[in-house]
Amino acid sequence: MDFTRRETLALGAGAVALTVLPFRVNAAAEDAIAAFTGGAAVADGGVNLTAPEIAENGNTVPISVSAEGATVIMLLAAGNPTPGVATYNFGELAGSASASTRIRLAGTQDVVAVAKMADGSFAQARSTVKVTIGGCGG
Amino acid sequence: MISRRDFLQVSMAASAMLGASGFSNWSKLAAQQALTQDQLLEFDTFGNVSLIHVTDIHAQLKPIYFREPEVNIGVGENRGAVPHVTGADFRKLYGIADGSPSAYALSYNDFSALAQTYGRVGGLDRVATVVNAIRAARPDALLLDGGDTWHGSYTCYHSQGQDMVNTMQLLKPEAMTFHWEFTLGQERVRELVEQSPFAMLGQNIFNAEWDEPAEEFKPYEFFERGGAKIAVIGQAFPYMPIANPGWMFPDFSFGIRDQRMQEMVDEVRAAGADLVVVLSHNGFDVDKKMAGRVTGIDVILSGHTHDALPEPVLVGETIIVASGSNGKFVSRVDLDVRDGRMMGFRHKLIPIFSDVITPDAEMAAAIEAERAPYKTAMEEVIGQTDSLLYRRGNFNGSWDDLICDALISERDADIAMSPGVRWGPSVLPGQDITREDIWNATSMTYGKAYRTEMTGEFIHVIMEDVADNLFNPDPYYQQGGDMVRVGGMGYRIDVNKKQGERITNLTLLRTGEQIDPAKTYVVAGWASVNEGTEGPQIWDVVENHIRQKGTVTVAPNTSVEVVGA
Repeated sequence: MDFTRRETLALGAGAVALTVLPFRVNAAAEDAIAAFTGGAAVADGGVNLTAPEIAENGNTVPISVSAEGATVIMLLAAGNPTPGVATYNFGELAGSASASTRIRLAGTQDVVAVAKMADGSFAQARSTVKVTIGGCGG
Repeated sequence: MISRRDFLQVSMAASAMLGASGFSNWSKLAAQQALTQDQLLEFDTFGNVSLIHVTDIHAQLKPIYFREPEVNIGVGENRGAVPHVTGADFRKLYGIADGSPSAYALSYNDFSALAQTYGRVGGLDRVATVVNAIRAARPDALLLDGGDTWHGSYTCYHSQGQDMVNTMQLLKPEAMTFHWEFTLGQERVRELVEQSPFAMLGQNIFNAEWDEPAEEFKPYEFFERGGAKIAVIGQAFPYMPIANPGWMFPDFSFGIRDQRMQEMVDEVRAAGADLVVVLSHNGFDVDKKMAGRVTGIDVILSGHTHDALPEPVLVGETIIVASGSNGKFVSRVDLDVRDGRMMGFRHKLIPIFSDVITPDAEMAAAIEAERAPYKTAMEEVIGQTDSLLYRRGNFNGSWDDLICDALISERDADIAMSPGVRWGPSVLPGQDITREDIWNATSMTYGKAYRTEMTGEFIHVIMEDVADNLFNPDPYYQQGGDMVRVGGMGYRIDVNKKQGERITNLTLLRTGEQIDPAKTYVVAGWASVNEGTEGPQIWDVVENHIRQKGTVTVAPNTSVEVVGA
């Protein structure tokens, strides 16, 4: 066996990046949405969620969200053990209802943004972000 | 009134007819040994703008053999759609006669026999002749390089891309985009970009730290041609830090970023663009999806997945042109651009038959100058092959079977893994294998052959992960490579299942036993994206193996069972 420490470390890094099996939208995310909306209907559309299709690094995934006319936007990583990422409140003096951040994803999953509009209605956008080992590009 | 879409479709039919007439003539002419350069270049100049597209040259300066894939499976909406059509189905679709020059250039059947008849393809000196001929007909034609230019050969590796930068400067493209270039490392990329006096484009190349467009690369460039204002928008390979080692270019981030693509299209239209061309390294299915989501693109020049298509594919009002790889083809697209719109087009995929096209003397001399310092080392004969060595195909190629054999015997492993890249020319049965041939199939800046232990479960996870990069039904989640090649292990794959369920029946071929998830296996492989990988260079491993064998024979690989194609 020639199994060096460096190789072990490299393999370890691979293994860390390798919690890739798809995570289901867990009940905690649905509960959080229900608590946020008070059970009201949530429309699709009106929320602009920008996320990479495949994360370059699952530990720091750039996400941005905007929704014209929103007073609050809640951002969730639906497959994380703790789905809540952030809740942004926009006051009357806010120039626009938009925010961006970087989040850590435990594996391939949906990122969800739910916006509460000024009229009290709710809208959402979802985007699947894949976390992969990669390594075989053509 | 005829709509623009109808117009494009009529124009497409005309283009197909032109292509078909050229093709069927070639088969007759070739049978009479009379295929000529003039016939390959024959083209009635059309409209007021010409685009010339080369892509995925992979540093192949000299003519080579290149077998197109036998297995190229499309999934989801792309099931059975071009470019996922091969062999006899492909020939039938495009009206190509069996045994004709086009059959040799575009399909895989009888490759070794047809290669004896029609000879090698490509060679940047032949490409130069074709480009010059098009420029003679249309002096202000735009030459656009889709990237994967500074990677893939002995000279390119040793000169760190300088051979390609020097020779491409003679070819004078107007613009370029990127993929494997970044595996030279970000500092070298910056140096070579600095040296190149044409537009270096990528609307999706971002600064990783600030998540803002990278200042080294422009999103687009304007050109005035034939009285029209043309915008060329660059789209680099979206998944570089995932498919290739991100630690080699940590300052950069990529992604598809089709929202920004739409913003760029809107911006150039607002600035008066009459024609919007996207020079793309997305891969064909990703380009098709993008064409359906981003409005206002007239032409996508598609690269990355190495598809060669005799006709453009029309998505809405966008035409997508795919121009093959390894210097084997040049596409010419003539356009009628009037009143701020593309009114029609004429297209031809020109195969570079190296025995038919006269090399351009200036380029030939430049190529020899680049090769001179390495010539003796490159041309050393390492062994011979009894089998056709090729790579392209979704699951395995004989080149990779040979590489996996080398890894198992030289590195004393149970299982070998070889990356599913799409580059690498073919070697014919009976040919010598030179050091250059080995490097053409293995050269890269992260080629160390690792040897490690993996559990059966871990091996399964890797296989599922790579399979999803190829067979996810949504093209935006595909990375454009082929399946990881495996030696010493067989498996069954159902391409239509979900990730985690596609791969079954993992079998250790040596014993015929099922792979045990809990058991540990010794795995040898190469091209790890992890920093600090240790081991000998893969080309040395393969060279030692071939030298020991003298003559290599690769038996047909029957260890992968494919379901759902």
